[in-house]
Amino acid sequence: MKLLSLTAVELGKKIKARQVTAEEAVREALCAIEQKEAQVHSFVTVDQEGAIKRAREVQKGIANGSLTSPLAGVPVAIKDNLCTQGMLTTCGSNMLHNFIPTYTAQAVRNLERAGAVILGKTNMDEFAMGSTTETSAFGATKNPWNLDHVPGGSSGGSCAAVAAEEVPYALGSDTGGSIRQPSAFCGVTGLKPTYGTVSRYGLIAYGSSLDQVGPIAKDVTDCAAVLEVLASHDQKDSTSMKREDTDFTAALKDDVRGMRIGIPRDYLGDGLEDDVKTAVLAAADALKQQGAMVEQFDLRLVEYAIPAYYVIAAAEASSNLERYDGVKYGYRAQDDQGLHQMYKKTRSQGFGAEVKRRIMLGSFVLSSGYYDAYYLKALRTKALIKQAFDEAFEKYDLILGPVAPAPAPKLGESLCDPLKMYLGDIYTVSVNLAGLPAISVPCGVDAKGLPIGLQLIGDCFQEKKIIQAAYAYQQIRRYQRSPLAQRGEII
Amino acid sequence: MEKKQTEAGKNVITDEIMEYVGILAKLELSVEEKQAAKKDMERILDYVGKLNQLDTSGVEPMSDIFSVSNVFREDQVEHKDGAEDALANAPKRRGQAFVVPRTVDL
Amino acid sequence: MSKKYETVIGLEVHVELATKSKIFCSCSTAFGSAPNTHTCPVCTGMPGSLPVLNKKVVEYAMAVGLAANCKINQYCRFDRKNYFYPDNPQNYQISQLYLPICHHGGIEIETEDGVKTIGIHEIHMEEDAGKLVHDDWEPVSLVDYNRSGVPLIEIVSEPDMRSAKEVIAYLDKLRMMIQYLGASDCKMQEGSMRVDVNLSVRQQGSKAYGTRTEMKNIGSFKAIARAIEAETVRQIDLLESGGRVVQETRHWNDEEGYSYAMRSKEDAQDYRYFPEPDLVPIVISDEWLQQIKDRQPEFREAKQARYVSAFGLPEYDAKILTSSKKLADLFEETAALCKKPKKASNWLMGETMRLLKEHEMDPEELSFSPQNLARLIALADAGTINGTVAKEVFEKVFAEDIAPEQYVQEHQLQMVDDEDALKETIAKVIEENPQSVADYQGGKEKALGFLVGQTMKALKGKANPGMVNQMLKEML
Repeated sequence: MKLLSLTAVELGKKIKARQVTAEEAVREALCAIEQKEAQVHSFVTVDQEGAIKRAREVQKGIANGSLTSPLAGVPVAIKDNLCTQGMLTTCGSNMLHNFIPTYTAQAVRNLERAGAVILGKTNMDEFAMGSTTETSAFGATKNPWNLDHVPGGSSGGSCAAVAAEEVPYALGSDTGGSIRQPSAFCGVTGLKPTYGTVSRYGLIAYGSSLDQVGPIAKDVTDCAAVLEVLASHDQKDSTSMKREDTDFTAALKDDVRGMRIGIPRDYLGDGLEDDVKTAVLAAADALKQQGAMVEQFDLRLVEYAIPAYYVIAAAEASSNLERYDGVKYGYRAQDDQGLHQMYKKTRSQGFGAEVKRRIMLGSFVLSSGYYDAYYLKALRTKALIKQAFDEAFEKYDLILGPVAPAPAPKLGESLCDPLKMYLGDIYTVSVNLAGLPAISVPCGVDAKGLPIGLQLIGDCFQEKKIIQAAYAYQQIRRYQRSPLAQRGEII
Repeated sequence: MEKKQTEAGKNVITDEIMEYVGILAKLELSVEEKQAAKKDMERILDYVGKLNQLDTSGVEPMSDIFSVSNVFREDQVEHKDGAEDALANAPKRRGQAFVVPRTVDL
Repeated sequence: MSKKYETVIGLEVHVELATKSKIFCSCSTAFGSAPNTHTCPVCTGMPGSLPVLNKKVVEYAMAVGLAANCKINQYCRFDRKNYFYPDNPQNYQISQLYLPICHHGGIEIETEDGVKTIGIHEIHMEEDAGKLVHDDWEPVSLVDYNRSGVPLIEIVSEPDMRSAKEVIAYLDKLRMMIQYLGASDCKMQEGSMRVDVNLSVRQQGSKAYGTRTEMKNIGSFKAIARAIEAETVRQIDLLESGGRVVQETRHWNDEEGYSYAMRSKEDAQDYRYFPEPDLVPIVISDEWLQQIKDRQPEFREAKQARYVSAFGLPEYDAKILTSSKKLADLFEETAALCKKPKKASNWLMGETMRLLKEHEMDPEELSFSPQNLARLIALADAGTINGTVAKEVFEKVFAEDIAPEQYVQEHQLQMVDDEDALKETIAKVIEENPQSVADYQGGKEKALGFLVGQTMKALKGKANPGMVNQMLKEML
């Protein structure tokens, strides 16, 4: 069990140097999955045969020099809302329990082109709606730091798989914090790129104006390397951006001198647990000691981000999820009572409670008479939030704060009170509303030994600043392995 | 479909609204589900009501974050037979078509 | 009827645009393929698929808008219209509500009552739905997404029409304009033009509108006229008998001659429109707009005037020839080839129109080439064939677009103008018809016609009629 304690880039180097083969790496990962899945349940699908076959192909590519990426031969896990041709893609839902896409998401294709070996698909909150991975129709994923706790969500499977060392890195998606929050809860590093940086083609939509695909790994070096491969201008995604500056690994510099970092005072107020506050401020101090200029400021409007986010996300989701009707793919209920009964039964049986809740909310806020009061109001609020960030980034290179108000809750604690669960997204959702890039890096553990995440937010297209600061920070605070990852070695 | 408010300004979601939204969203909730969903929706809407404290007069609703426009394809055909891919996951098919309960009375 | 009523009509016209590929993906828009052949993840609503807009759709929409004197929204975008139906794979249609591409236009129509402008409220772009085929034996429908995502424009008129006549005049004008632009073939029978009629009645002189009903997708201009008459009567009867009109969608059954309400408690008619987040806005620069303006074709009025001034055609002929883009194109191309515009016009106005009527065809369905018509005109002009034979050959050109020279050759239809051959035949005719000969010589001029006819008949119609006439007179 040595290969999986390496980062993706380290493992890639070993494979390139012919010290290990891609197949050996895959076999070791499959072995780890077999040992740990019963406890952590990160995966919905593991493609054992396909992965080994693919590893052999990739090995040939490495040998003949056609595959030169640092990720060539390194195994990866894909969140189950990214379409993979010929491989079950469920979105964590009964609705898609048998859905086998006929095409592959562009983000995944970019990885494949670089020689990545897909191990399987990771568990997630149903249709990415949730903050705990408990709304998955295929059972909850557990936190590798403490199996009684949730891994966060919705990319909980991807984050847990990395933290449990079942796989060196994984892909997630982030609509309101779904990469950053579970990364924080699992003690790994997760990067949500600027909206439009990674193609959404093949990402099963939740909130189209908010969704972004991003990497989850042990450290920022991996995240930068993976994002460099993921980022592309895709003509199949109209919201995909043309960017020249996607050489993200160039920003891996241990230097924060003169970097201006602002901490929103509004992020340190009521509701933030002391352990989290202490760890985040200690991280800020560390960056200050490295030469960054750190100060607190008033970001404004923080309390309006969650209501605006839930209105917009629910509205878009209610429309995006209309296509699940039992006609073209996925679950279909009994259909002998006519079309409308089939629709209703299919959707009522196929979707779980949280998804139905958001569809109802979204349909309501878009319905005649409420569109202006809720939906347009939320879009106006979004404009003001974006403006507040624009003003902040005139003064600061980065905004620093917590990822979540508290570390991972216990399993079963969150779902009974949806509103309370939504409130946990307070520091993450505004980033999606404004389309900004942000990273979650581990910055300590609380009294119970659960990881705490530090969030660094950059202005649009300023991933490099985030990467640079996160890299400098990780030179001081090295990666800490989860108990489950280490337990693997004892067995 | 009008929603009501209590004197304290709390949202009251009526059964009619739940029914109506159910028709729009093609969801049929059980009695218990409906009760729970009603409560949740009321609480969430109360919370969303917070937005009313914010003065947004004169602010344009923001649909797009970036001022990107005019992303087009040229009018070119990619010839291929998509039928098998389209139908690969069909719960019910006949020949090359999807089957649904009859949409009109004959 | 104690009160006088006025009918108020507005139309929503859907037109399928003549692009090669669909509006949001590269699938073909071709007709008549096996079900679901022209599909991909985008137009079948696969999870994760995303739309990308076909530029040509925007250009066609702009061109139609300009032709209909609309203002162009230089900043516009798409919205989602949400409703569940199996012909619509995403269960939302990508359309335009808040910022349609064209608005505030109008086109002039002419009826017996004079000239009038019908306002265009807006023109917007959207995607077409798939096709449903209902099974005869089992209670199922079959879904085919070949048409799903074919680009449409919807042209929404103001409620400015007051009669079926005005409606037909408006539709005729609109169709011709769009055909001239090449933006669509506008064939109602193939569904590339579809008309929804919004109709209400009110007491004459009243300013307020009555409650309107909508009749969707009526199959032909004639059916539209019938539906308007019937719905007007139905609404007036309702009001006269103390009832009231209910705002609803009705289906017109043209065979039965009545409409019925299409009501369902499952349809809330609340489309929850919101801006389509998967597409970016369209910004039309002044330059782009100018480019489209510069590319606009010569429309009917200008063409008609040019035919009179440049070719010396009568007003009436120019009007008929320009009543269809196809006809006008045929005329201009034939005239250019044979250099005889009047002859070209005569063939189109005469024989072509006669055959169209005989076959109950639309000029848009003409399939012969201007080359073959021009060749036929040349053959007739050169005296290679006579007029009767030319008409015969034209029927073949009309039906099968045959090459006239070859046909004349193969069937030996050349005009017979050999004096000896004619003399022989005429002598025989004179010999066999002594009575007619006597009649003619007795002063009955009519008898000559009979003898000419007999001669032509004997020569299978191929004789030079002038020569036959001349020689008969001489020989008698």
